[in-house]
Amino acid sequence: MQIIKDNAIIEDTYTTLADDANLTSGDISISLARWKRDRELLLAHPGKLGVRILAADTTADLASDLKHIHLIELDFADFADGRLFSHAWLLRGRYHYQGEIRATGHYLMDQVFYLSRVGVNAFKPAKAEQLPTILANLHDFSVKYQPSIV
Amino acid sequence: MYQYNEQDQTLVEERATQYRRQTEDFLKGELTEDQFRALRLRNGLYIQTHAPMLRIAVPYGLLNSKQLRKLAHIAREFDKGYCHFTTRQNVQFNWPELERVPDILDELASVQMHSIQTSGNCMRNTTSDHLAGVAIDEIEDPRPYCEIIRQWTTLHPEFDYLPRKFKIAVSGALQDRAATQLHDIGVHLVKNDAGETGFRILVGGGLGRTPIIGQVIRPFLERKHLLSYLEAILRIYNLFGRRDNKYKARIKILVKETGLEQFSEMVEAEWRQIKDGMELTDERIEVIKAHFTPPLYDANASQDQSLAAQLSANPAFATWYQYNTAAHRVPGYRAAFISLKAPDSPPGDMTDTQLDAVADLADRYSFGKIRSTHRQNLILADVKQADLFTLWQTLTSLKLATPNIGTVTDIICCPGLDFCSLANAGSIGVVQEINEALDNIDYVHDIGDVKINMSGCMNGCAHQSVGHIGILGVDKKGAEWYQITLGGSSENEAAIGERLGPAVARDEVTQAITTILDVYVKQRQEEESFLDMVKRVGITPFKERVYADH
Repeated sequence: MQIIKDNAIIEDTYTTLADDANLTSGDISISLARWKRDRELLLAHPGKLGVRILAADTTADLASDLKHIHLIELDFADFADGRLFSHAWLLRGRYHYQGEIRATGHYLMDQVFYLSRVGVNAFKPAKAEQLPTILANLHDFSVKYQPSIV
Repeated sequence: MYQYNEQDQTLVEERATQYRRQTEDFLKGELTEDQFRALRLRNGLYIQTHAPMLRIAVPYGLLNSKQLRKLAHIAREFDKGYCHFTTRQNVQFNWPELERVPDILDELASVQMHSIQTSGNCMRNTTSDHLAGVAIDEIEDPRPYCEIIRQWTTLHPEFDYLPRKFKIAVSGALQDRAATQLHDIGVHLVKNDAGETGFRILVGGGLGRTPIIGQVIRPFLERKHLLSYLEAILRIYNLFGRRDNKYKARIKILVKETGLEQFSEMVEAEWRQIKDGMELTDERIEVIKAHFTPPLYDANASQDQSLAAQLSANPAFATWYQYNTAAHRVPGYRAAFISLKAPDSPPGDMTDTQLDAVADLADRYSFGKIRSTHRQNLILADVKQADLFTLWQTLTSLKLATPNIGTVTDIICCPGLDFCSLANAGSIGVVQEINEALDNIDYVHDIGDVKINMSGCMNGCAHQSVGHIGILGVDKKGAEWYQITLGGSSENEAAIGERLGPAVARDEVTQAITTILDVYVKQRQEEESFLDMVKRVGITPFKERVYADH
C-alpha cells in the first residue's frame, strides 16, 4: 500500500501486527503496549521497528527507547481527540525524535496541515484515492502565526 | 486598531478557500455530518432551529466603520436584515444559507474579518475591556497583548482539537470590565515593584453548567513570557483535560479535580522547558503597539461651553449623558454607549440601517472606530463633548439612545428557544415582558445598577450565574420554567449567584423580578446598591416575598 512521506508518495514497507500476532520478517509496527511487553525480543528483530501510539498513551514511556524506533504511528481512533497533536510535538520538540511520525486511522484530510506543523511527516490514507488530497492539503496555508515544530 | 499586513490577509483568504472546499466536500457527500460539524464549528457555523447561525469574530470588540458597513451588507444580502452582538463581543447572523457561507467569508476577508475559531473545541476570540485605551483607571492598554494572543491562537496547529472550548480575556484596568475571572484564562496587566509591566494569570474560571471563579496561577509573569506560559497551560490542558464527558471537559474541571497547587506545578514544569527561545521581544511588542497609538485628539476639546448649556437645557439629553456616556482619559472627550437594549427589540440586535448609520456616526465623531461590549452594546469611544448633543439626537432617531446602560433594562440575553437548538426555554420574550413592566425610566434610574442576565438553557451563553439577578430557562415536562439567582457578579468581586428557590412558571417571571426590585427599593439603606443589599441581607427577604403566594 502507498503512503505519503516527506511530501511524496512511497510504498509502505511496514506490516502492522496485532498484539497477539506472530512476529513476521521485515519492517513491523506494533502497539506501545506490545513494545513494553516484548521489548527485549523486539530489539533483536532484524527489520525496522514501528510503534503505534494512541491518544491515551504517554510519550514519555517511549522517550528513552526512541533510538531503536524508526517509525511512530499516531493512531487516530477519533479525529477530535487532539492529544495526538501534543504527542507529536513532544516527540519532536521535547525528545528530539528524528524518525518517521505517521498519522494513521481516523484523522481528517482537513487536519494534515496542522499535523505536518506539529512534526508529522507521513500519512497513511484510509483509501488510496486520498493520496493526492493529502498532498494538496499539506499546502492549505502558506503563512503561520506561531512557532511549532515546523 | 490593528491593520492586516500581507501575511494576515493571505491567512484569512486561504482560510476562506479552505472552508469553501470543506463545504463543497460536505455537499458532495465526501464528509460525514460529524466530520463536517467539527469543521464548520471551527468556522463559527452552527445548525440552529430554523437555519444555520454564523458567528463572526470581532477581535477584542474592535471594529472600524468599513467593517460595520460590511456587516450591514451581509445582513441585507445573506440574512434577514439584522445581526446580533454576543456576550463575547462577536457578531452573529441567524439566517445564512449553508451553501452561501463561503461567499460571506470572502466578503469578510475583504475587510480584514473572519469567523475562524468562533465556535468548536478550540481557542476562541480573545476578549477585553470595551474601554481599553480610553479608560481612566487603566494601567496599560491591553489591546496590543490581545492582538499578540489573537495571532498566537489563530490556526494553532497543536491546540485546535481541545477537550472543550477555551476562552481567554485580558484586562488592563483596575476595574474588570471583561469578566476575566470567568474565563478559562484571565490575563491582568499589572506592574511589579520596579514599575515593569507584566501579567497576573488566572486559570480555571468559567460559566455554563458548573460556574467557577478563576484562580491565580501566577501573580506576576514577565511580559516576554506571555506566549510560552499560555502554551504551557494549553499543552497540559490538551493532554490531561477530560474527554470522557463533555460536561466535565473544560479546564475548570481539570483544575478543580487536580487541585490548583498540583495543576500549577504541572504547568510550571512544562513552562520551564519551553520558555527559553519563545520570548516576546520588545521590538515585536512595539510593532504591535504602534497599531494602537491614540488618535489625534483635539487639544482644545475641553474649551467647549456648549455641552454644559445643552445639559441644563435638555433633561432627556442630560439623562442620556449620565447613563450612556463614560469618562475618558482625555479632557473634553467622552466614550458614548450605543444602547442595543431598546425596550421593543431583542437585546443585542441591530438592523442593517442602524449598522450603516452607526458607521457614519463613527466616521463623523469617533475616528471611524466602534467597539462592542460584553453586555451586548456598542461604544463610540472617542467623542468630543461638543459633539455629544448632535450624536444623541441622531442616536435617538435611530432608537439607539435608550438611556439604560448599566441599569436593570440593560439585560444580557441569549437568542433562546426562538433561534437556538440547545435552548430549553424562550429568553427574548421574557426580556420584552420585563421591559414592558419596567417602562418607567425614572423608576429604572432610581433602582440604579442592577444587572439582569437571562439564558434560555444551562449552557449559560448570557452568563446568568453572574448576573446580579440571573434568570435561567429550564424545561419541565415540556413547559418553560425559570430559575432565578441573586447576588452574582462578573466584576472585581466576582461571585456566582445563589438560587432564590424553586423555578417559577413562564407567566410568573416578570412578577418575580418586579417583586425582587420592590423588596430592594423598600429595604435598601441610603445609597446602597442592589448587590450590596443582597450581600448584607442575603436572599431570604427576597425569597419570602417572591414565594409568598405559593
